[in-house]
Amino acid sequence: MTRVAILRYPGTWSERDFAHALSLIEGVETEIQWHEDADLRGFEAAIVPGGFSYGDYLRAGAIAKLSPGTKELRRFASEGGTILGSCNGFQILCEAGLLPGALIRNADLQYRSDWVRIRVENDRTRFTAGLGGEVLRMPIGNGEGCWVADPETHARVEAAGQIIFRYVDERGVATPAANPNGSLGNIAGVTNETGNVVGLMPHPERCVEALLGGADGYRMLANLVAARQGTASALYR
Amino acid sequence: MSASPALGTTKTAQPNQIPQDAGLTEYEAALVRELVGREPNALEWAMFGAMWSEHCGYKHSKKLLRTLPSRGPSVAVGPGENAGAVDLGGGLLCVFKVESHNHPSAIEPFQGAATGVGGILRDVFAMGARPTAVLNALFFGDPSDPAVRRTIAGVTGGISFYGNCVGIPDVAGHISFEPGYADNPLVNAMCVGFARSEDLRKASGARPGSAVYLVGSDTGRDGIAGASLLASFELGTGSDEKRPSVQVGNPFLEKLLLEATLELVEADAVEALQDLGAAGLTCATSEVAAKSGVGMRIDVSLVPRRAQLMTPYEVMLSESQERMLVVPRPGRERDVEQIFKRWELHGSRIGKVIDEPMLRIFDADEQVAELPPRSLADDAPEYDIAELAESYRSESDEGAGARSGTGDPTWSTEGPASTTAPSADAQRQTAKIGLELLDLLASPAVASRRAIYRTYDQMVGTDTVVGPGADAAVMRIKGRPDGIAIAIDAQPRIAAIDPFVGAAAAVAEATRNLVCMGATPLAITDCLNIGNPERPKGAWQLTRTVEGITAACNALGVPVVSGNVSLYNATYGADIWPTAVIGAVGRFADVTKHIAPTSGKPGDLVLLAGNAHVSLGASAYGASRGLHEGPVTIDLALEARLQRFVLATHARGAIRAAHDRDAGGLAIALAEIAIRDGIGMKVTLPAIRGIDKRVALFGEAPSGIVLVIEPSREGEVRALASEHDVPLWTLGTVGGDLLEVAPVLGMPVSALADAHAGGLGTALQRDA
Repeated sequence: MTRVAILRYPGTWSERDFAHALSLIEGVETEIQWHEDADLRGFEAAIVPGGFSYGDYLRAGAIAKLSPGTKELRRFASEGGTILGSCNGFQILCEAGLLPGALIRNADLQYRSDWVRIRVENDRTRFTAGLGGEVLRMPIGNGEGCWVADPETHARVEAAGQIIFRYVDERGVATPAANPNGSLGNIAGVTNETGNVVGLMPHPERCVEALLGGADGYRMLANLVAARQGTASALYR
Repeated sequence: MSASPALGTTKTAQPNQIPQDAGLTEYEAALVRELVGREPNALEWAMFGAMWSEHCGYKHSKKLLRTLPSRGPSVAVGPGENAGAVDLGGGLLCVFKVESHNHPSAIEPFQGAATGVGGILRDVFAMGARPTAVLNALFFGDPSDPAVRRTIAGVTGGISFYGNCVGIPDVAGHISFEPGYADNPLVNAMCVGFARSEDLRKASGARPGSAVYLVGSDTGRDGIAGASLLASFELGTGSDEKRPSVQVGNPFLEKLLLEATLELVEADAVEALQDLGAAGLTCATSEVAAKSGVGMRIDVSLVPRRAQLMTPYEVMLSESQERMLVVPRPGRERDVEQIFKRWELHGSRIGKVIDEPMLRIFDADEQVAELPPRSLADDAPEYDIAELAESYRSESDEGAGARSGTGDPTWSTEGPASTTAPSADAQRQTAKIGLELLDLLASPAVASRRAIYRTYDQMVGTDTVVGPGADAAVMRIKGRPDGIAIAIDAQPRIAAIDPFVGAAAAVAEATRNLVCMGATPLAITDCLNIGNPERPKGAWQLTRTVEGITAACNALGVPVVSGNVSLYNATYGADIWPTAVIGAVGRFADVTKHIAPTSGKPGDLVLLAGNAHVSLGASAYGASRGLHEGPVTIDLALEARLQRFVLATHARGAIRAAHDRDAGGLAIALAEIAIRDGIGMKVTLPAIRGIDKRVALFGEAPSGIVLVIEPSREGEVRALASEHDVPLWTLGTVGGDLLEVAPVLGMPVSALADAHAGGLGTALQRDA
């Protein structure tokens, strides 16, 4: 059994969605953990789900990063544990310094709930193994999804292959029109230097069943149990 | 507006010294004195003022509302509770209600709409149900007016802000842009949730000896007397001064309160729950006590406040949001407190339930109010508006309700459909009609609502099978094969001409939209938005609206399980159009077998079922050309047969796609089907004597559904139609890149799609 912990902060709302999504993957066992009682010992992976932790007051993720749960995430990450942050989880991981860059208000200042396409730029993480170069269709739902970084950091993470997902159009091209929130370089998801922490704004847990309009998220999450051999990383187009 | 009390910000800090300042009439004040047996003090007047306000006391509507059909085999909880419920079988209840937040939204659109969402969510989770979906029905003036656009931005921004943060998907809605709402927008929100039947909680479970807790937000000076002084009077000069009566929402706290409440229910630690909405603590305490047949002793000095030096009046009348009254089971107080604590909520014990049926309000040791809860909650006078309504009816009702079989005969720019071969003139006509179709598709009445709904989370919760943009939303239920469809609708253009037909048409449309997804309608919830019921016209409109809903419910076999009435929707003396908003819930035995919103496949047949006797009188096309006139009609028996026919046909798996013919008429319905997958169709208009081709294209009437079926099923579908006595026309076939309506129209589907997608964003001056 692959044991996966799902963290729940006050205001988190995707924890039950992730638990349901992972329940459809054979060989995965999940546990929702309250942030104050987080204990990731004995778990293979941790999920930081979407929501509005602490109401996004101050800044999305800015208060959650001070929680005991985030402290435990830091320990877990430093020991090589696998962490996936989606939506508010991505924001928390960036605020906590576990991932590069920051997420600010969408360029049009409006919340955006929609389906987007993201291209897998790097298949060397556990979640993207075997998916290199593929274009996945996933829902987004966020008001602060615009990834930014200072020019040096941006150049560094690009050069180091830490860009994991980019917003693209139906032809797989990263155009401005395909970018739902104004992210630098159409960046939808990044990883840390060691590749064990992954964050993305889209919601893989919302697309694991064809009934709900798509199952590309299943391909990503199923990698938790079946990490296939990686393919060549997609070239930056 | 002179009738309403002057309400400056300085005055809100003090209780009103005379009953008139609390919003009570001389007659009502006399009634209060009789019930109480003495002269009430200022706080007591204010409590009566709030509870006997139109908003809380339903003085002008209670009598009428009792006539609504509310029984049915699937009804688990009928009107009168926080929300209604239907039984889905297997121990699962579907809990739902629609409610208005019109006056607050008129004055402060963002917070007004946000707290409207918050209030309806609390109504549902106070029943022990987890909210699964929200819907909203919004009514604005012409978006070309910058003031209207500001209101729209505020209202939609407030809904987005609140619903997204709590994490409840917004799955369907209705938006009208009509002159009748320019100064008095309507904001109605509906919430649907699920509860296991053993988890259902009502306000009526409180028993003597139990403790009373107030949990959630601290009580502040926001929304003081909102129900009695804001929601129960017309808007006009001085409305801006009422801004302090609008509440301010905190969706993060709502989310914590929601989770804590559901945990209390799951732990079976509470015997009664009541959310604090209109009239705040006064309403929650008196309603729980009245419904449970007990009394309560409340100490306002124990209520946590967010402002200093608040008076008992302010504490009892505050409408601070995100609060819940909780009555734990005896001995479970510790568990309840621990759950509050874990969710970082302030939960304070503010009193206890007592045997004596009396609401005793203390400020520390001093008793500041002593009132029988039933007098507050149940004894508000009921005004019979029948006579007032009759006085209006007798002068205006002549001719209304008369059947009109054909399109409006007095208005036509074209002769009958040409039968001659296409000429240069005919080609010009074709081009002209094509442009008219594009204009209509891009008009605010018809254009895609995506520019708005994409600012609402539609997928959180991972139950949304079909979200906004379809005839109705489809939701699955995890762990079960069945599912539900939800729609919310209104027919203001029809209701403005004839409120009876408009209300009946709204019920028909909401249920028809469920049927278009393949779901069997179970029950409805209604929100009646009307003008001033003290004027003959308002009284008549309210009466006819209720009669219209009743007629439609009886004909279609759906009960009303919950609802809300919003009166005094008038600004500077001008009433809004009478607007019945109908939220409908239907069921699929197998949710995977819903009718997906597709264009069908090339070669499929396109049919029109139901009523083809359309007219431009109350249509979107007519409205865009300054035409708005009756007669308007609805044949409820035909509507019932149509719905049964479509469900029977779907049960045989014969329907590939379906779409309600609504705003914009048949041409728009066909265009919207083509736009879904970008596949065109080639059709001819149904030949109806006396119906001009423009009327046939753009005319509207209830009871029409466009169906797409496999060609091999045509015989079977025709047989079912004649069995159900439903008129059926074969219009043509699916295929190609054009929407061709021979001989009048040929348009690339891509052009239709662009017009439809971009129209509203352009009208609202937003990016699409």
